Amino acid sequence: MEKSMPDKDFKGMDRETLEKIAKKARSLIIKMVYSAKSGHPGGSLSIIDVLTYLYFNEMNVDPSDQNLSSRDRFIMSKGHASPALYSILALRGYFPSELLMDFRKINSKLEGHVHRGVPGVETSTGSLGQGLGIGVGMALAAKMDHNPYRVYVVLGDGEIEEGNVWESLMAGSKYGLNNLVAILDKNGVQLDGFTRDIMPMGNVAEKVKAFGWEVREFNGHDFDDIKSAFDFARSVKDRPVFLIANTVKGKGVSYMENNYKYHGSPPANDEEYERALREIEGI
Amino acid sequence: MRPAESLRETYGKKLVEIGHRKKDVVVLDADLSSSTKTSEFGKIFPDRFFNMGISEQSMVTAAAGLALAGKQAFVSTFAVFLMRTYEQIRQSVCYNNIDVKFVVTHAGITVGEDGATHQIVEDVGIMSGLPNMKVIVPADSIETASVIDYLVDKTKTPYYVRLTREKFPVVNDDSYKFKEGQNTVLRDGSDLTIFCNGSMVGFSLQAAEELKKQAIDTAVVNVSSIKPLDRSGIISYAKKTGHVVTAEEHSIYNGLGSRVSEVLSEEYPVPVVRVGMRDTFGKSGKSWELFDYFHMGIKDIVSAGIKSFREVNKYETIS
Ligand SMILES: Cc1ncc(C[n+]2csc(CCOP(=O)(O)OP(=O)(O)O)c2C)c(N)n1
Repeated sequence: MEKSMPDKDFKGMDRETLEKIAKKARSLIIKMVYSAKSGHPGGSLSIIDVLTYLYFNEMNVDPSDQNLSSRDRFIMSKGHASPALYSILALRGYFPSELLMDFRKINSKLEGHVHRGVPGVETSTGSLGQGLGIGVGMALAAKMDHNPYRVYVVLGDGEIEEGNVWESLMAGSKYGLNNLVAILDKNGVQLDGFTRDIMPMGNVAEKVKAFGWEVREFNGHDFDDIKSAFDFARSVKDRPVFLIANTVKGKGVSYMENNYKYHGSPPANDEEYERALREIEGI
Repeated sequence: MRPAESLRETYGKKLVEIGHRKKDVVVLDADLSSSTKTSEFGKIFPDRFFNMGISEQSMVTAAAGLALAGKQAFVSTFAVFLMRTYEQIRQSVCYNNIDVKFVVTHAGITVGEDGATHQIVEDVGIMSGLPNMKVIVPADSIETASVIDYLVDKTKTPYYVRLTREKFPVVNDDSYKFKEGQNTVLRDGSDLTIFCNGSMVGFSLQAAEELKKQAIDTAVVNVSSIKPLDRSGIISYAKKTGHVVTAEEHSIYNGLGSRVSEVLSEEYPVPVVRVGMRDTFGKSGKSWELFDYFHMGIKDIVSAGIKSFREVNKYETIS
């Protein structure tokens, strides 16, 4: 079983190290959903590189002081991507990786959807469309308290079909929340199929810009590009930032890539399972 | 009891059949059609199927518009996600009193591993509180099919039909026909009545077998029509047996247990022991594990039966 990362300042971590961590997290994701015989690998694998960067190179968080009021806040608004968040939290040292294998089991805190009872988790999610609003609230509280923390929210590109998301975009803009960063996991696939077929969203960047946010697109699987996107977000001083991560659903496991069937299904059998782990190892 | 297809599979097939015979039927879903099985209808009638994306409020209001323009609209998603449109349902559907049928799936704790966020056990209460809304909780695939026929052929007002994910055993005869506001007596008895619905009907029948071994002759009554409620059917069995248990895959607050207690306290008070979710959220686990974890399994129905039976006897000897 993988060792938890030692607790230290990870800032300035190089690309190779981040890639190694992401690889570990990817295999943990596969192991978790296979052990649970259920769960959501596709949207976990698409966002794991961004999460790796956030937890190891961007956010001010400290597993040994989890209630520090100035910690940056992270919200996994697409709460079905729990395998991604749980595995990164374990690797970052919030709890032992061994616990991941109890995911979705009756004796475990690792609920099927992101659960606040898990160390490091700021809010429970699982019903789509609510996380950005929670982020708005946290960012407003930071302003009220003159607290310097930043708030990061990950959204799915199917999820943004929820009206609630656009209501929260309005509020974020109205209050000039420059401490709020939304990250869109634009993998192009949702539950029933391709996003372009289920609900074509047109030019999301232009839409969000029109709602008063600063927008930047980047490659969600390239750590240099991820870094420049988050550095850019920090440089914006007058409004909230919406980062669009261009990603591949199921990234790293060929038969899962761009395949909506693996939105909410684990590897079907031992053969698929072994193959997934082999392919991840070979990335 | 023979195993069956899941109620949502029955629903999917039934929609296709109805699509052929009723041209005004339209179906809406919110990116869960592969799970609710409305995708079956969508494949054959793409012009009458609307996948509205992950936008439940938009789906419900569009369904209201379709109904106001003369269509019969079937609206499906997971039960839990329909709840965010409560107020749209209230204003645009129920207040207008129009032909929108909410047939939701994955209700209750039997969604299992997905966990607390998805395990809605409040929906029957929420929906029953709405004027003009009628609420049905079918027990098996035979009943599900019959309910859908009934809705299509006989009704033009809002209904909430609650389906689950898992396969449950068939409890009704093939000849069964759903009748609104009418209970079905699945097993007669003289000592105790279990009023139940949905997935708990099969469990209750098994519990009745166990109770018989303890010399408690138990009736099992399926109360699939929660609203309107078969008041006289409930009262007559309370009179006949004097001891009552309710069993539901739902909170004991505002569901079947509450409705039965209301009727009996008004008309024929007897002690009622309710089996169902207490005031708590669910959790991840296998569905069969969860029934035991939340004290809603067969053995819990049996102990509720024994409790009800003994308590009333005690009560009678004291008075
Ligand atoms: C309000 C709500 N409606 C429906 C669902 C069911 N659901 C879970 S995931 C999903 C698709 C999400 O697609 P996307 O946001 O693109 O996520 P990703 O592809 O990144 O996994 C749906 C419809 C839900 N969780 N919440």
